[in-house]
Amino acid sequence: MDTAFIQLKNITKTFETDKGVLNGIDLDILQKQFVTLLGPSGCGKTTTLRIIGGFETPTKGKVYMNGKDITNLPPYLRNVNTVFQKYALFPHLNVYENIAFGLKIKGVSKEEIKTRVTGMLDMINLSGREKCSINALSGGQQQRVAIARSLVTRPEVLLLDEPLGALDLKLRKGMQLELKNIQKKLGITFVYVTHDQEEALTMSDRIVVMNGGVIQQSGTPVDIYNEPVNAFVADFIGESNIMDGIMTKDFEVEIFGKKFECVDKDFGENTPVDVVIRPEDVRIVSSADAKICGVVESVIFKGVHYEMTVRADGFNWLVHSTKAAEVGTKAGLEFDPYDIQIMYKTPKSL
Amino acid sequence: MKKIAAAPYQLWMAIFVIVPLFIVAYFAFTTDSGAFTLENIIKTADYAPIFARSIGFAALATVICLIIAYPLAYIIANMSKNVQSTMIMIVMLPMWMNFLLRTYAWQTIIGNNGIINNLLSMVGIEPIKMLNTSGAVILGMVYDYIPFMILPLYTVMAKIDKSIMEAAGDLGCNGFQSILKVTIPLSMPGIISGITMVFVPAISTFIISKMLGGSSNLLIGDLIEMQFLGTSYNPNLGAGISFVLMVIILIVMAFINLIDKSDQEEKVII
Ligand SMILES: Nc1ncnc2c1ncn2[C@@H]1O[C@H](COP(=O)(O)OP(=O)(O)OP(=O)(O)O)[C@@H](O)[C@H]1O
Ligand SMILES: [Mg+2]
Repeated sequence: MDTAFIQLKNITKTFETDKGVLNGIDLDILQKQFVTLLGPSGCGKTTTLRIIGGFETPTKGKVYMNGKDITNLPPYLRNVNTVFQKYALFPHLNVYENIAFGLKIKGVSKEEIKTRVTGMLDMINLSGREKCSINALSGGQQQRVAIARSLVTRPEVLLLDEPLGALDLKLRKGMQLELKNIQKKLGITFVYVTHDQEEALTMSDRIVVMNGGVIQQSGTPVDIYNEPVNAFVADFIGESNIMDGIMTKDFEVEIFGKKFECVDKDFGENTPVDVVIRPEDVRIVSSADAKICGVVESVIFKGVHYEMTVRADGFNWLVHSTKAAEVGTKAGLEFDPYDIQIMYKTPKSL
Repeated sequence: MKKIAAAPYQLWMAIFVIVPLFIVAYFAFTTDSGAFTLENIIKTADYAPIFARSIGFAALATVICLIIAYPLAYIIANMSKNVQSTMIMIVMLPMWMNFLLRTYAWQTIIGNNGIINNLLSMVGIEPIKMLNTSGAVILGMVYDYIPFMILPLYTVMAKIDKSIMEAAGDLGCNGFQSILKVTIPLSMPGIISGITMVFVPAISTFIISKMLGGSSNLLIGDLIEMQFLGTSYNPNLGAGISFVLMVIILIVMAFINLIDKSDQEEKVII
């Protein structure tokens, strides 16, 4: 087991008037990991990143890197580089000089700078554009210059704040793969901020889901998707059917007054819970065989699958299937015990 | 459409800028009877020491303004937004007072029987001659024109994106390096316009030297004034001196702009 490379210990951040923006963040980041901070707008992702980068000091709590307390270390003394949300390239410098900036400050020799910057330009596919003014580049190109500028000094950690936010979908997908490859190749720890759950699922070794300045869940993409700890995480990651239920006893949950077998236990008896079932885990069967019966309300073709809503017991079930049902027909719904996720009602932070 | 909208301004410029320039040039190159002559231009050579003094004083005042105004503008630009506007208002406040009055006030402060010397005599120090010295003229120039340096500097600095400064720190610049490598190059337009807005009025001023410099610190402005309003009435010579002064200012400005340009060119070459 690796020991933590970056540690956030009980970080709290309050800005003058606001109530807490971060409320007790505990986070261990391992070396060479691709960690994504994921959460809705305003949940404190950027603030967390800025605390790691040294641009904000936490109101309470400590930041450690390699076991050393760096809470009050200014950014220029940290071996951490940042790709800013709006790139923040130097407008008075051209492409080459922007990338070379950090090396020059560190006093690297001219020849070494040339080799390394040229290598970077190659990597970001901007060879031959070194003398371009920054303003003459497209958003995607500026983005790549910003990444190259941060990587060329070989930091131990790269912080990226929604770096692909301004790009169109296709370019974004391409850059996602590229970033992931760069991270693997250079073996740098990436802390990546996004509010796009799909992006988080594709790129990360580990996802940290945040809401209201609190970490909701932290784990591998598969864990987060398959085992969300609360309704917020389930709702935020992928699409879900989230409903109220009662855990009547171990291995039995009641939804809409009907009892279902499940694989969870130790919730006590008759405990109100949130029940989550992923739409791809719900099957449409003939209504005669099913405990839950409803009427198909809509069918939308989504490319690979059909997305259908089935209204039953006053609840709109979301169902993904490769076979389309017909709108207005009766349908029964079925799911397997291990596809039922049971979680405590109040959001419980880890 | 654009052309039509610009027409009144072009007319304005023609009537109030271009035409007067030609009138000055006309007087500069003619005798009082209207015949062409280079006499007025040649005669300005006699006043070379005054030209040199004016250029020297104005340059020194400009440099002092820049040295004081730059850190001040930087500090103001990094204050919180609502404090910024208050600070700028305080900077502008003296300008709401009449220029003559402001300069006159310095007479009573630094005069031989002025406030400073009174205070000094109270603690038993001999009075110091401050009024009617070249130092007093430069003090007056700095005091009167420094808002024109602070304003353009502040305007440019306030526009520099905070995240660009953070990026500099992120890439290893300490505070001093950030200012040297990022703030100064990015505030170059403000520096240029600040220099222009202080140097040009300072080199042609006559009130300040008259009120604070006594008779031994005559500037070009005083010289020109004397040709039009003073005892040695000679508008043709006055126009000649004005013309030469204008050329000098143009050359200086072109030179300053050249420094800025070469700075940018260097950037492309590296
Ligand atoms: N300098 C500041 N002063 C006051 N409040 C701030 C400051 N910076 C951030 N906040 C507040 O902190 C909260 C969290 O901000 P943060 O930028 O961390 O959110 P985020 O998760 O990055 O959101 P987004 O996805 O929109 O970028 C917001 O409510 C914001 O208004
Ligand atoms: Mg943000």
